[in-house]
Amino acid sequence: MRGATTLSLAHADGVKTVARHAIGLRYPTPVRVVGRSVPRKEGLAKARGRARYVDDLRFPGMLHGRTIRTAIPSGELLGVRFDFDTAGFTVVDHRDVPGRNVVALIQDDQPFLVEREIRHAEEPVLLLAHEDRDALRAASVHLDCRSSEPVLDPERSPRAFKEIAIEKGDLARGFAEAGVVVEGEYRTGRQEHVYIEPQGVIAVPGAGSVTVYGSLQCPYYVHKALVALLGLPPEQVRVVQTETGGGFGGKEEYPSIVAGHAALLALKSGRPVKLVYDRLEDMAATTKRHPSIVRHRTGVAGDGRITAMEIDVLLDGGAYCTLSPVVLSRACLHATGPYRCENVRVRGRVVMTNTPPSGAFRGFGAPQTVFAAEVQMDRVAETLGLDPAALRAGNALRPGDTMATGQRLGEDASALAVLHEALERSDFHRKRRAWTGTGRGIGLSLFFHGAGFTGSGEVTLASRATLELTPRGARVLVGSTEMGQGTRTTLAQIVAETLSCPLERIEVAEPDTARVPDSGPTVASRTCMVVGGLLKACAEEMKGRLGGLSPSAYLRRHGPLTVTKQYEPPPGIAWDDATYRGDAYGTYGWGCDVAEVELDPVTYEVRPTRVTAVAEIGRAVNPLLAAGQVEGGTAQGLGWALLEEVVLREGRMANAQLTNYMVPTTLDTPPIDVTILESPYRQGPFGAKGVGEMPMSGPGPAVANAVRHLGLDVRSLPITPEVVLECASSSTESEETSTRPR
Amino acid sequence: MRFVLNGKRRDVDAAPLRRLLDVLREDCGLTGTKEGCGEGECGACTVLVDGAPVNSCLVPFAHVRGRTVTTIEGLRSRLPEALVREGGTQCGICTPGVLMAAAALGRRPSAARVREALAGNLCRCTGYAGIVRALAGARAVPRPRVRHAGPPVRDRRPSSRRSARRGEARPVEE
Repeated sequence: MRGATTLSLAHADGVKTVARHAIGLRYPTPVRVVGRSVPRKEGLAKARGRARYVDDLRFPGMLHGRTIRTAIPSGELLGVRFDFDTAGFTVVDHRDVPGRNVVALIQDDQPFLVEREIRHAEEPVLLLAHEDRDALRAASVHLDCRSSEPVLDPERSPRAFKEIAIEKGDLARGFAEAGVVVEGEYRTGRQEHVYIEPQGVIAVPGAGSVTVYGSLQCPYYVHKALVALLGLPPEQVRVVQTETGGGFGGKEEYPSIVAGHAALLALKSGRPVKLVYDRLEDMAATTKRHPSIVRHRTGVAGDGRITAMEIDVLLDGGAYCTLSPVVLSRACLHATGPYRCENVRVRGRVVMTNTPPSGAFRGFGAPQTVFAAEVQMDRVAETLGLDPAALRAGNALRPGDTMATGQRLGEDASALAVLHEALERSDFHRKRRAWTGTGRGIGLSLFFHGAGFTGSGEVTLASRATLELTPRGARVLVGSTEMGQGTRTTLAQIVAETLSCPLERIEVAEPDTARVPDSGPTVASRTCMVVGGLLKACAEEMKGRLGGLSPSAYLRRHGPLTVTKQYEPPPGIAWDDATYRGDAYGTYGWGCDVAEVELDPVTYEVRPTRVTAVAEIGRAVNPLLAAGQVEGGTAQGLGWALLEEVVLREGRMANAQLTNYMVPTTLDTPPIDVTILESPYRQGPFGAKGVGEMPMSGPGPAVANAVRHLGLDVRSLPITPEVVLECASSSTESEETSTRPR
Repeated sequence: MRFVLNGKRRDVDAAPLRRLLDVLREDCGLTGTKEGCGEGECGACTVLVDGAPVNSCLVPFAHVRGRTVTTIEGLRSRLPEALVREGGTQCGICTPGVLMAAAALGRRPSAARVREALAGNLCRCTGYAGIVRALAGARAVPRPRVRHAGPPVRDRRPSSRRSARRGEARPVEE
C-alpha cells in the first residue's frame, strides 16, 4: 500500500502548503494539482451510499410511469384495447403531444409515440402512469397490428441514412505499384452499454412548465427534444442531471425519449412522474453499438509499404437515424487505421433496418473500422511473411504525414512511440516466438482516436463555459456531466491550478439548464480537452481581473464576477463537409494494445490472461482517473471481443437479460497493465487531449490477432466458442489472398 | 416484522413477499442499496444478512425476520476510502454492492480471493483494476504508469535507443 499512502500524503501536503496563505489577501503559492491523482470529488459520497441517483429521489404525489411497446418489427398499428380498468390511470398516446411528435436530433424521423407506422419491435405506443407500481405492472394492453415484411439484413436494406466517400491520391496507380493485394471482410456485432444504472428520469410539472431530473449525459440534447415535443418556450423547460450511474454513449441521445415520455405523463396527470426502466426493457429497447461489415482491399509493395487502401464500410443503423450519420463519419475517418498511404478510397454507408435504433457507444464507429483495419494488417503481414509489429512500424503515421482527408499531423503524432512502448512493456517478440504452436497466443493492435467533435462539429456547437467567483474560490458552471469518467474532478483541477486556488475551493455546479450554459454534449472525448480549455481561459481571465485580490476581498470591493468563454477553433484548422477534406479532428490520441490469450482446447473458450495498454493522451490531468478510463475501456473492449453478443430474433433482442447477455466479471477480466504516455497538445489545457473513447478500439483486434497467432482465422467479433469451433473446422478453406506479378 | 437493521432493532410493517431491496429503499429510506438488474446478476443490491452477502432483489422480506441486515449505510470500515484512493469507484452505482461483498471478506485477501468473491458484482466502469488494488493491496495488479512520450519519432528506430531518450516512468500516485 506504499504507493497509495504516497498519494494521500502528497495530496494532504499540497492542501497544507496552500492553507498557510489562505488567510491572506491572495494565494501567492502556485497550486500544483494538474498531473496529480487527487481523489475524485464525489468519490466518498458514492462509496458511502450517500450519492443520490434518480431512482433514489421521491416527490410528493409522485406517480410511476410505464411504456407500452410494439412487438412486431414492421407493420401498422390499427388499434388499441385496454384489458384493464383505466380508472386511476393516466394514459397518454400520440394525440396528447402538444408540440411535434418527433425526437429532435439530426433527422426528425423518430416519433416519441407511434401514430401508425411501426418500424421496429420496441417502439413506444402508449404511456401509462399510476401511483401503485403493482397496478401499473398488471395493466394489460392489446395492440392490434398488421405486420409487413421486415428488413433485417443491412446488406439488403433499400435505404441509407448517410453515405460518405473519402478519396486521396490515385487508387489504380496504388494497386499498380503493389506486389501483393490482400482482401478481407470483417464483421462486428451489436453491443449493449450495460451501464449498471438503467435509464430513468422524473418529470415534475409546473405552471406551463416542466422540470426533468434524470440520468443523462447531455442536458441540452434533452432540453432541445423537450422544447420541440411540448411546444413550450425554452425557458419553461428545465433539465437537471442527477448523479449518473454510467453512460458510455447509451445516455447520449436515448434519455430524450425517456424524458419526453415522463414529461407527457406529468403534464397530463399534473403530478410528478418517475419513469425508470427495468433491465429487460433497457436492454431490449435502447440503442446499441452499430453492427458493421467492413471490406478491405490493400495493395502492398514487396518491402511492406502500403501503396493502396480500398475500404468499404457498412453500418446497420436500425430503424431510425439517431446519430448514425456522425457515427458513420467517425467510422470512415478511422477506417485506414493509423497508417500512411498515398492512395486511399473509403466508402461508407449506414442503412435502415427494422431493428431497435443503433446509437452512440464509446468509440462511436471507430472501434468497428479499427477492428477491420488491424486484423487486415496482421493478414497482410502473414501474406508477406513479415513481423506484424515491423509492418506496422514501417507504415505508421509520423508527424508531418498526411491522412486520408489530407490532414497533416502535428508533432504529437505518437503512433511509433505507443507501439514501441507496448512491445517493450509486454515482451511481445519473445512471447510471440515462444508461444507459437502452443495453446497460448499474443496479438497486438495499433490505433488512434480523434479527440472532440468531428469536422466542423465543434465550430457548430460553439460551446460555452462559465466560471463564477465565490467568496472562497470559484464555481464551475458547465453543461458537461459527470457519469463516472471524472469530469467534476479534472475540470476543477484545471481551474484550481490556473487560478492558483486550492482544489477544495473550486465547486462544480450541478448541470441544470436553468443555471449552466450549453457546453456541448458530454461525448466524443471532448470534455477535458474542449470544455477544460474554455475553463482554463475563464480562469486566466478571472485571475487577471482579481489582480492579486483574494476572492472575498474582490467580491467586497467590486461585486460579483463571472467569466464566460465560447469555443473558437484553433488557428489553421479547416474542414470541408462536402468533400471530406481537411482537418477532421483538432488532434488524435494514440494507442497500442497487446493481448495475451489462452484457448481452452475442450470448451473453445478464449481467455485473456493479460492486456498491455499504452495510451498517448497529451497530458494526464489526473493520472489515476485517466488510467481508469483506459482500464475500464479495455475491459469493455474485451467484453465486445469475447463475450457480448446481442441475439436478435425477428428484430427483437432475445437475450435482454444479464443472465444471458454476458459482460465481463472480475473473473473474465485479466490484469490490465496501463502506461500513459504524455506528448502535450499545444491547444489542449495543460496539453491534454481526449481519453475516454480510445481504449475501446484496441482490445477487439488485439484479441483477434492473438487468436490468429493460435492459427485460427478469426474475422468477426465476438469470438465466442461457436466462432472458434467454426474457424477450427474450416481452417483449410481457401484464402482470399491473391498474389500477382508486378 | 422485527429484524435488526444496521445495528438497531426495527419493526417494519411490509408485505412478507416484497423484495428486501424495496423495503430497505422505500420503507426504511436507505437508498444506498441500488437496483441494477432485479434478477440477481449484477450485485448492485448486495447487503449482508447475518454477515453473509446476498442479492437483496432476490430475498423476500419475510426471510430476514429476526435476522441482522447490514447495508452500506451501516458499514463500519475504511474500505470506502481505499476504494476511492485506488480508483475503484467511477460512476459509483455498483460501489455500495461491491463494498458489501468485500466486507464479507477477511483482512487482506489475495487478489484471487477478491476476484472470486466479487464475481457476482458487475462493474462496467473500472475494469475491476482499482477495486482489486483497493481490496487486495496496491501490488496485487499492475499499477498504471505515466511517462513522457519523448521527442517525436520520425522514422523507425531501434527500441533500445528510443527508450533511453524518454523520461522514466512514474507510477500514477507520485
